[in-house]
Amino acid sequence: WQQAMGSHTAGGSQAPPPPPAAAGGGETQRTQYPYVTGTSVIALKYKDGVIMACDTGASYGSTLRYKSVERIKAVGKHSLIGASGDLSDHMWDDGNSLGPKEIHSYLTRVMYNRRNKFDPLWNSLVLGGVKKGPKGDEKYLGMVNMIGTHFEENHIATGFGNHLAIPILRAEWHEDMTFEEAVKLVEKCLLVLLYRDRSSINKFQIAKITAEGSTIYPPYSLKTYWGFSHFENPAQGAVGSW
Amino acid sequence: MSRLGDWVYRLQEQRRVGSLSTCVAIAGADYCVVTADTRLSVGYSILTRDHSKICDLSSPLLPVGDATTLFSPYIDTILSVSPKLNLCSYVCRADKCVLASSGFQGDIKALHKNLAARELLYQHQHNKWMSCPSMAQLLSNTLYFKRSSPYYAINVLGGLDSEGKGCVFTYDAVGSYERTGYSAQGTGSSLIMPVLDNQLKSPSPLLLPARDAVTRLSESEAIDLVKDVFASATERDIYTGDKLEIVVINKAGTKLEYIDLRKD
Repeated sequence: WQQAMGSHTAGGSQAPPPPPAAAGGGETQRTQYPYVTGTSVIALKYKDGVIMACDTGASYGSTLRYKSVERIKAVGKHSLIGASGDLSDHMWDDGNSLGPKEIHSYLTRVMYNRRNKFDPLWNSLVLGGVKKGPKGDEKYLGMVNMIGTHFEENHIATGFGNHLAIPILRAEWHEDMTFEEAVKLVEKCLLVLLYRDRSSINKFQIAKITAEGSTIYPPYSLKTYWGFSHFENPAQGAVGSW
Repeated sequence: MSRLGDWVYRLQEQRRVGSLSTCVAIAGADYCVVTADTRLSVGYSILTRDHSKICDLSSPLLPVGDATTLFSPYIDTILSVSPKLNLCSYVCRADKCVLASSGFQGDIKALHKNLAARELLYQHQHNKWMSCPSMAQLLSNTLYFKRSSPYYAINVLGGLDSEGKGCVFTYDAVGSYERTGYSAQGTGSSLIMPVLDNQLKSPSPLLLPARDAVTRLSESEAIDLVKDVFASATERDIYTGDKLEIVVINKAGTKLEYIDLRKD
């Protein structure tokens, strides 16, 4: 399961192990394992375009090292890329007006060829966008992962979101959601991830892309509930029953 | 052990996991049925339920879906768009050759693109479509060319040969191939192949004079058989299910049909 390599580095350690000494004069550059990693990205298509969301945290091994990382970036006029996995492996297009499908194609080729050379970009990338096509504005949402597996879908989630958010999205997504409905659905998924994914933090960014262009909203937090009776007196069962 | 070593090992492991999903092809006297399920899985997760594994190799001049983008460097105008097909499969009208693959999706897509591009070049250079047996040889060579680092794609090529008879070519990952009357590849193949052997009763290749390997079933009977066989494979194979894409090639052209399979 390639996501596991991205979200959880060497089990139990505080920081990733030091890199092995480079053989052959240090010319080879490989992400042998991810250092600083981002966790899940969730995205779905709605009526006017594509909405994408992720938290703004980045982990260094099991330390939540950075708390304000923007993992969603606008690319050109038509697309957004959200990335989970190693943050230094992000590669950005430089603002020419490629549509989302073209960028997805390009990223797929890049990821696949790097993987073939055993020099992978340790990322799962979500690509969303809206571009004028022969049938009017066409929404596009696709994903590429580290080994070059790619596909297009109505809703995408990477990392832990693949396990926690996709079931929710599959049950509740429908065509032509309004922006408010889409945000509510995305927040529902983000909340589940916040409770259950140890590398997510309570600071999220939502971005949307429509025919008019992309908007990345400022980060905000979700309300969480911790008032469960079992949490109230955690020392209660501390003595143990034997 | 270095983490890159880990990762290489994991990659090799993934390749050994088995060809994910299932594809089946049956050749008849004047038709060929090529089918594959549409589930894309990674480990125990389903990434998407709607992912085509079939590549129509007969006229890559007329792509639809996101094939449009992949070919935009090669074609000036999109000649037509079929309204009922909105999956990411390469589609076209006049067709005699369809490829279904199972295995690692990155390699499958790369292989399909490669072949479709070669087919297009052939069309430009020779002013005619590639025949199915020619495409079969090309596919074999393409696969063997990467013998040292193979395409992890196990293929089944189906179509009509130059006499209009159905033909099915079945491959392994490095290009060894054989023309048969029917074939199943992928994770469900061990469940499906015995049933096809029983139902289609191919004559022994040792008989002289050589008998036709194609089945005597009619087109609709073959399609029913394929639906039954996939429904059974879906029951027991976790990587097979969701939807079945059936491509039927005959004199009149290519027809595409979908039926639902179990989603669990």
